[in-house]
Amino acid sequence: MKLKKLEGLLGDLDQFSDPKVELEQYPTGPHVASRLIYTAENSFGDITGKVVADFGCGCATLGIASALMEAEHVIGIDIDSQSLDIASTNAEDMEVNIDLMLSDIKGLNWRGPLVDTVVMNPPFGTRNEGIDMEFLKTALKVASRAVYSLHKTTTREHIKRVAIRDFNVKKAEVLCELRFDVPRLYKFHRKKSVDIAVDLWRFVP
Amino acid sequence: MRLLTHNMLSCNIKGVTNGYPLTIEASKWMAKEVDFNGDFLRNIFVKIEWKVLIEAAKVMGYTDLPVEVDSSMLNSDEFLQKFHHALLEIHVEEGALICPETGRKFPVHKGIPNMLLNEDEV
Repeated sequence: MKLKKLEGLLGDLDQFSDPKVELEQYPTGPHVASRLIYTAENSFGDITGKVVADFGCGCATLGIASALMEAEHVIGIDIDSQSLDIASTNAEDMEVNIDLMLSDIKGLNWRGPLVDTVVMNPPFGTRNEGIDMEFLKTALKVASRAVYSLHKTTTREHIKRVAIRDFNVKKAEVLCELRFDVPRLYKFHRKKSVDIAVDLWRFVP
Repeated sequence: MRLLTHNMLSCNIKGVTNGYPLTIEASKWMAKEVDFNGDFLRNIFVKIEWKVLIEAAKVMGYTDLPVEVDSSMLNSDEFLQKFHHALLEIHVEEGALICPETGRKFPVHKGIPNMLLNEDEV
């Protein structure tokens, strides 16, 4: 599937109707999501015919993108049941099959090595410090091939250090820098929308 | 939930050491046809806990999987079709997953297992 087509399809997905600030629910926009999944497949062959898990899936934009990119099996996990309801409707609308699960990412202990690739847009850890690294730690335990994740560009050095020193990754590389458009979702946001620079990372566990 | 997902799930209550496999209780299930991918099945075969898959499929009334298996069967189209059906086409819709050690039930509703823990289980 071409990048443009993927991005177009993802633009039709429903997003959070009532985002929860404590969970840092920001939608993964079609621009970012399509580039993440497209790069994972076309540069590394990590999606098509693979078992893919979408951590903190929210409305499952990345999971559905993986399924559209012909992942063989997709599992979306989120702690918020309302998001999973939207994810479920989104999957039906797109006519793709994905499994969904209501679960905390912390403490997840799946039997390995069934999952090939984890894709995620984790909470940035602004509200709940360290949650981004919790996600990464669990993802690296579950994935046997690769983990794709988005993190604020300002945390680049920190992430590289922790991934290599504490999580023993074989490889940690920033594939590209993307602009993440965060619309005004919450009352405490003063501006209409904010552009945040995020890195698209690829980790090899 | 497909049986491929079930094959990797275990109970994550703190202190539980034998939380795998989760027993399935199903009051509703369905089969959804998906494209057959022989290469995927041949690759994933060694990673599947076969007995767990057989037992799970039986709960949903599917008893065609052979008990004894070895990799030579991966050349048989008939075997791969059965494996494909059990692993990817059967979905648990309503019911529960039960921890083998504690008996704790994790409900499955609209195909979505609820694996959230209570505060005293974390």
